[in-house]
Amino acid sequence: MSASVLYDAPGPRAKALNWVYSAVALAVVVWVAWIVYSKFDETGQWDAEKWKPFLEAPVWENFLIPGILGTLSAFAVGSVLALAFGFVFAVGRMSTHKIVSIPSAVVVEFFRSIPMLLLMMFIYFSQSGMFGLQSDVFWAVVIGLTLYNGSVLAEIIRAGVHALPKGQSEAGFAIGLSQGQVMRSILLPQAVRSMLPAIIAQLVVLLKDTALGYILAYDELLNQINKIDGNFNNLIPAAIVVALLYIVMNTILGLVANFVEARTRRVAHTAGPVGTTQDPAVQTATAAGMPGGTA
Amino acid sequence: MDLISESGSIILTSFGLTLRLAFFSGIFSLLLGVVLAIFRVSPVPVLRWVGAAVVYTFRNTPLTLVMFFALFGLSYQLGLSFDEDLIWRNAFWLAVLALSVYTSTFVCEVLRSGINTVPLGQAEAARAIGLTFTQNLRLVVLPQALRSVINPLASVIIAMTKNTTVAVTIGVTTASMVNEASGQMKTLMEKNSDQILLIFIIFAVGFMILTLPIGFFAGWASKRFAVAR
Repeated sequence: MSASVLYDAPGPRAKALNWVYSAVALAVVVWVAWIVYSKFDETGQWDAEKWKPFLEAPVWENFLIPGILGTLSAFAVGSVLALAFGFVFAVGRMSTHKIVSIPSAVVVEFFRSIPMLLLMMFIYFSQSGMFGLQSDVFWAVVIGLTLYNGSVLAEIIRAGVHALPKGQSEAGFAIGLSQGQVMRSILLPQAVRSMLPAIIAQLVVLLKDTALGYILAYDELLNQINKIDGNFNNLIPAAIVVALLYIVMNTILGLVANFVEARTRRVAHTAGPVGTTQDPAVQTATAAGMPGGTA
Repeated sequence: MDLISESGSIILTSFGLTLRLAFFSGIFSLLLGVVLAIFRVSPVPVLRWVGAAVVYTFRNTPLTLVMFFALFGLSYQLGLSFDEDLIWRNAFWLAVLALSVYTSTFVCEVLRSGINTVPLGQAEAARAIGLTFTQNLRLVVLPQALRSVINPLASVIIAMTKNTTVAVTIGVTTASMVNEASGQMKTLMEKNSDQILLIFIIFAVGFMILTLPIGFFAGWASKRFAVAR
């Protein structure tokens, strides 16, 4: 909509001008691409031998697939735990008992306001320093992902419940349901349906944030760049391939989010607005969620 | 409390470095984000494609990888150097560049959603009195869009402030080799394994001090500058 309200359908003069602007813009893009290409060419980044490993099985078997598995396993465990954390603390924060809701709010706000990397580092060092355990980088990454993204998910779920019309819970109370029953069987199912696109968007963030594991030397996809470079001396091609793999993985999740949103819009199973709303709480939750995380 | 007397000044220096990273990245990401948003809504198709390609690429790439590219690709391969002699200064500006480009894509999307909240009639009226695309955007649409996105924009800036910790990927330090906050916290934890919780709390509180005022200011500003409709 924005594009069309800002300018009229172009007349002959505007059309000609648009052609000129397009040509200039295209020239700049080609010029920049050429600089990058030729500089990389100077240092031999396009040499066939640097790219050939990616067409052969060993690089995939030894580095890329283990890297993808490392990333995906942190993502899988992290998202399950984050969803559980999100539900528990969303419900906790909406509780009418202050003794439950205040601590829940403090926990959620605390984990939302500190950088996830600091959290991961703290968990990593505290495993041996405070609990005398063997430091396990996988769990440091996963727990870090869980606490931060779980807190954001809690806010998304809470915003979804708040966006439901009041009549929904009033009807539940009227037929004699308890508060827990209203939450469990009326509010949460609708809130989750309407917030599904935002929830999946947050999972995309979680997937990207697994890359923070690189800093703690967790064996995920990004760490494979250095390993591949060690074997084939092709840092830049390896980094480009890994970037493409991340883009593919995130795009697939993004497409799932779009599909779900389109479906939820078509089949109205909820009284609440789908996805994002004008509700400032939702906006803040999702806006914070987007770049939110870290990596 | 020995820790504070011993390392207090180092911790302050590391937060100073983090603050400088956040300050410059904030300014550049806002500027770049506005430019990207204008690209994405402009009548010129090529500019729209360029804007979309930049946003799509950087949003789907982890910041850690963007940082990695800034150092190994841009600096080592393409020869982009902000300071030939001082490695730590070069790393600082590379981190600012990576953070700015990454954050600007989120700024762009927030602004675009802001442009969508401007009622159609506003833009139509602007066109009716003969304003061009640029005038329309500059005088009518952008001022209203900006005022409606103060809160989400603040969330992006807060996230960016927290994201400065990722600069540890390329080792951002000062002349006296004090790391930015996350690198410094790691060093301190490695050295004082008996005071890990205290160190964590100091750094966590440090980030709250950096980010909470942004949130409060945004809350005040979004009410103060709200567009009355």
